[in-house]
Amino acid sequence: MKKLMLGNAAVARGAYEAGVRVVSSYPGTPSTEITENIVQYDEIYAEWAPNEKVAAEVAIGASIGGARAMSCMKHVGLNVMADPVFTVSYTGVNAGLVFCVADDPGMHSSQNEQDSRHYAKASKIAMLEPSDSMECKEFTKLAYKLSEEFDTPFFLRLSTRVSHSQSLVELEEPDTIELKPYEKNAAKYVMMPGNAIKRHVVVEERIAALTEYAETAEINKVEINNNKIGVITSGISYMYAKEALGENVSYLKLGMVYPLPEKLIKDFADKHDKVYVIEELDPVIELHCRSLGISVIGKEVFTLQGEYTPRMIRKAVLNESGADFVELEENIPVRPPVMCAGCPHRGVFYVLKKLGLTVSGDIGCYTLGAVAPLASMDTTICMGASVSAALGMAKARGKEFSKKLVSVIGDSTFIHSGITGLIDIVYNKGINTVIILDNSITGMTGHQDNPTTGYTIRGEETKQVNLLTLCKAVGVERVVVADPFDVKNFEAVVKEETSAEEPSVIIAQRPCALLKTVKYTGHCTIGEDCKKCKVCMKLGCPAISLCGDSIKIDLAQCNGCGLCINVCPFGCIKKED
Amino acid sequence: MTKSIMIVGVGGQGTLLASRILGNTVIALGYDVKVSEVHGMSQRGGSVVTYVKYGDAVYSPIIDKGEADIILAFEQLEAYRALPYIKSGGTMIVNTQKMNPMPVIVGSASYPENICEKISDKCNLVSLDAVKLAEEAGSLKAVNVVLIGVMAKSTDIPYETWKQVIHETVPKKFLDINLKAFDLGYSL
Repeated sequence: MKKLMLGNAAVARGAYEAGVRVVSSYPGTPSTEITENIVQYDEIYAEWAPNEKVAAEVAIGASIGGARAMSCMKHVGLNVMADPVFTVSYTGVNAGLVFCVADDPGMHSSQNEQDSRHYAKASKIAMLEPSDSMECKEFTKLAYKLSEEFDTPFFLRLSTRVSHSQSLVELEEPDTIELKPYEKNAAKYVMMPGNAIKRHVVVEERIAALTEYAETAEINKVEINNNKIGVITSGISYMYAKEALGENVSYLKLGMVYPLPEKLIKDFADKHDKVYVIEELDPVIELHCRSLGISVIGKEVFTLQGEYTPRMIRKAVLNESGADFVELEENIPVRPPVMCAGCPHRGVFYVLKKLGLTVSGDIGCYTLGAVAPLASMDTTICMGASVSAALGMAKARGKEFSKKLVSVIGDSTFIHSGITGLIDIVYNKGINTVIILDNSITGMTGHQDNPTTGYTIRGEETKQVNLLTLCKAVGVERVVVADPFDVKNFEAVVKEETSAEEPSVIIAQRPCALLKTVKYTGHCTIGEDCKKCKVCMKLGCPAISLCGDSIKIDLAQCNGCGLCINVCPFGCIKKED
Repeated sequence: MTKSIMIVGVGGQGTLLASRILGNTVIALGYDVKVSEVHGMSQRGGSVVTYVKYGDAVYSPIIDKGEADIILAFEQLEAYRALPYIKSGGTMIVNTQKMNPMPVIVGSASYPENICEKISDKCNLVSLDAVKLAEEAGSLKAVNVVLIGVMAKSTDIPYETWKQVIHETVPKKFLDINLKAFDLGYSL
């Protein structure tokens, strides 16, 4: 049976057909739907872990315990899980182990554009890269087979266009895979120097064996069309090249991007007058070719930045300009993403902007607090950095600066890696104020439960990590819970906590407006007595806009959250049913 | 020959359901198909773009400038933004609804005027108030299916196939509203 499936859903299907038993992940666009789709298979234990490092370790443990296991993350999540990954390369596996990592060329929803293929080489873990949904499923299954055959974890590298495109997938019945026996084997799994020295030898032998495999692997596919131009490519770039160049060129499509074959590439290059390497982001395959002494054309004609298109490939290789298109004769306004109407973060940033504080930001929906008109965020680096970087700023600039500085971090992000920063503040005598934006869900990636929500990935009730007791337990004595929509009180709380000469945490508690449990009713309207002071417009609410010289609330967008009522200094906004 | 259809709108307008209905319809006819969506950041009220391509063999999931046979636009400004993607001789189906983006809301930019005229200068244009028709069908949320109905009329895919796929794709609770919305669009 053929089914139209998202690349990510096809990876999940592949895991199911390969008899995977344990999946542990942390959400991150564009990887999230793999784990969300795993949940439909009752045979698989699935969980959201507090962060990617924990997720990878759970999967590693499951593999050592004899069950096929998987962990999924976005590219920056791989940085978080890198520590165990580099060492599980040495231990190898018991049952098959696959790490799915989704890169985001073009940064549709990411803070950088790193190329995960470097990790494969650096950690000496083999990496497969599918080009469409069918390959997502097939390569996932192959990765498990090879993982056990070569006693190594595998990477499956995805990118936004593979993860988030739907194409046809042939479904098959799942394989029957028994749990492997668990036997203690300290020489293999206890990585202290005496053992690890011996395992490193095994790693190098394994890479040599995998390179040999790559020479004849079916997934490294040669398509000869002529002897003039040869294209070496992989992943989504193959699809772009194929569309752009059709049968004008020959292809070497590399399904395995680490380790790369040598003889196969040399033979292919020898058969063609000119060889192009087409790969998004970094010149990984290109540099490999050059190291073999093969002359190729790569990044001198293809960019290191962003996504490729068939048009740009056609231009670079065939010097054809592509279809004519209409050019707009005027600049049109951009439509950047905004905080939703009713978003609880809006009250927080309104107050921070009003108080003119320096804001150390983090990763989540609230990163949109950096955008006009709220525009109240100074830094955003990575998950958790809002807390620890603020300590660094405070140590650099002193106590008075620290009193005008706050960190903002979401509930899920705080659990992911904010808590360690907070411990640093307490331990090293910081006086920082940390605002935890507790909206009762992981928002940006599309509503995943996390340890603070009290529900598992399957919606079962579980113990809920209490943020207030957690912060108190690490030694923060000033912990205040405040509603960010009660702006007057929230402002007073922020003033009081930032002026205190000890660490403090404000838990800004109000659930995400998109949660089903949140039921705002009616809508807000601006009365005729409006003084046009435009304070409500400082909220950056998508429902409030200037029409001529009057301010209007769009009833279709307003959900009646009432925040604008709380900020209007003249009481001109009223709630209607 | 590959057919390329773009669906553009504002995050939250239901463009993903439209692309699913379209995707499922073309596989029902035995075509190869690719549907490309972008999730995450773009759902927060930003511009959203979905590509649907079908034919004997589809490689790239994305559509380049000048290559879309049909563009289905849920909002005027987004229609205008997508204009460079229309193929010469292509058709744009535009819901005349206007939604102000943040730069317009805060007064740092103005919403372009006479968008429909500018579009009709460059390609075939079908414009309609899909919000009104959706309301008539019973829910403002059915704008997406109204637009699918309008588009269905301009393809050679049989009416019954579309209906069948809507039956299979839409939750039962909203089936009647959506079938009515489809007919209102189709009979426009």
